Amino acid sequence: MLSAGPTPRIPLESWQFAITTEAGQQHHWSWLELLALPSQTPTVDLHCVTKWSKLSTSWRGVSLDVLLEEVETAADFALAHSYGGYTTNLPLEDLLDGQAWIVYEYDGAPLPPEHGGPARLLVPHLYLWKSAKWVRGIQLLLEDEPGFWETAGYHDYGDPWREQRYQGD
Amino acid sequence: MTYVDGNALAGPLREIFAVDLTAASGQCVACGQTGPVAALRVYTSAPGLVARCPGCDEVVLRLVRGPSGAWLDLRGCVSLQIPL
Amino acid sequence: MARTALPGRLTWRVATLSSLHDETATARSLVFDVPGWPGHLAGQHVDVRLTAEDGYSAQRSYSLASATDGDRVELTVQKVPDGEVSPYLGDVLKPGDQVELRGPVGGWFVWRPTDTAPVLLVAGGSGIVPLMAMIRARRAASSRVPFRLIYSARTPDDVLYAAELRRLEGGLDVSYVFTRAGGQRRRIGVADVNTHGWPADFQPDCFVCGPTGFVETVADILVALGHEPRKVKTERFGPTGG
Ligand SMILES: Cc1cc2nc3c(=O)[nH]c(=O)nc-3n(C[C@H](O)[C@H](O)[C@H](O)COP(=O)(O)OP(=O)(O)OC[C@H]3O[C@@H](n4cnc5c(N)ncnc54)[C@H](O)[C@@H]3O)c2cc1C
Ligand SMILES: [Zn+2]
Repeated sequence: MLSAGPTPRIPLESWQFAITTEAGQQHHWSWLELLALPSQTPTVDLHCVTKWSKLSTSWRGVSLDVLLEEVETAADFALAHSYGGYTTNLPLEDLLDGQAWIVYEYDGAPLPPEHGGPARLLVPHLYLWKSAKWVRGIQLLLEDEPGFWETAGYHDYGDPWREQRYQGD
Repeated sequence: MTYVDGNALAGPLREIFAVDLTAASGQCVACGQTGPVAALRVYTSAPGLVARCPGCDEVVLRLVRGPSGAWLDLRGCVSLQIPL
Repeated sequence: MARTALPGRLTWRVATLSSLHDETATARSLVFDVPGWPGHLAGQHVDVRLTAEDGYSAQRSYSLASATDGDRVELTVQKVPDGEVSPYLGDVLKPGDQVELRGPVGGWFVWRPTDTAPVLLVAGGSGIVPLMAMIRARRAASSRVPFRLIYSARTPDDVLYAAELRRLEGGLDVSYVFTRAGGQRRRIGVADVNTHGWPADFQPDCFVCGPTGFVETVADILVALGHEPRKVKTERFGPTGG
């Protein structure tokens, strides 16, 4: 279980997820609005940068394709923000085409706070630090902006198959 | 997730510096609290070491050890006063 | 990997296990031979690194349990069930086996025989290890500084260094808090610290060590009892449970 700080506890009444475009336009969803969106149940393998991989984990959540549908943007990059201050950057195209979700259930149960609940980003084809826990928003950017670990030596992209752990890998 | 004391940074920092930095005293950029590095709250179950201020929980220091080098980020710290 | 060490910076050194003995059913002391060991202060620790054949390595911190004694380095490891490193050190490692050590490190959570303030030691579980090093360093230096130890353990069977702590020693008072004895569960509380510690007016040096939750509780109690936060030095070992 990865954690770079105290576990944030966010009451569902005040929880919100927002997508902000490069023009400053904001789209946001309350907890109930998120649950009302069509959901998917991806079963995926996870790859942690420290050592392990965890196979066939099952989740429920909303595809980023659904959330980004109405969003008008020319951005190529995304910076995910979390409650608690964590950030991580990814190319926008890695969030599209069924590759990424905002998930709120793990193994058939509500996602507990230690695992990133109430909701986390899930981008299983990249190293797990890209799957921001306690996600509260995605900022769309014209230029890449490194996140929390990416400003401290970790790789901008983080492809586990190419073992892109550190800058220069 | 739970944390340990800044004392646990002693080894990783002594790999980089010739003096012990955990007895050094620093000031938090976010809230101004001063105290020894040894009293920071260190989260170790992460891709790197993250040390936070015991007063405000903001990040004071980060240390990532790669196979051929280390990244040290001290931007949460105003300055370090090192006993010599 | 072989990189020449700059003077002053620490690199990993090879330690060979020379002997071991069980402290309790779940904890074991390990004595290593470390050629060229520079000596250490009571309260300091080492990082221990294990490397598997496939190159995967894991490292953990362990406090130095004894006073300086030549090239001899003693650790005490409490086995954490399902742990990655402690069961290996506690069950598998045998005399002649080698591990890598980095240390001694830490310049804050230390007691020096030249210190003169009265000392309060508060240990939870395996948190006794660096505090025992302080007691042993006091004895080795024939120091007259008065020490008090409050030691919280699950049951009397879980007490590390039990025989050594039972021996009477002038200027060292030991009291115990058992958290699981006699079918009851209890935690260390204000009364324990107030009764068996030093009054804050004496301005003692306080050293608190153990699982993170335990240390949190005791440090809060000490500050509430009027001890200056800077006189309360802590060493958190990690998650509660041990
Ligand atoms: C400065 C410092 C000094 C230390 N000195 C000592 C010492 O002298 N003797 C000693 O035995 N330990 C000491 N520790 C703790 C030690 O470093 C390890 O954390 C401990 O041995 C567990 O490691 P592991 O690899 O076996 O468990 P891990 O694989 O790291 O953890 C396995 C499981 O056990 C839990 N866990 C982790 N640590 C503990 C713990 N301490 N108690 C209970 N549950 C835990 C984890 O949450 C996890 O679920 C010290 C720690 C620090 C930071
Ligand atoms: Zn602060």
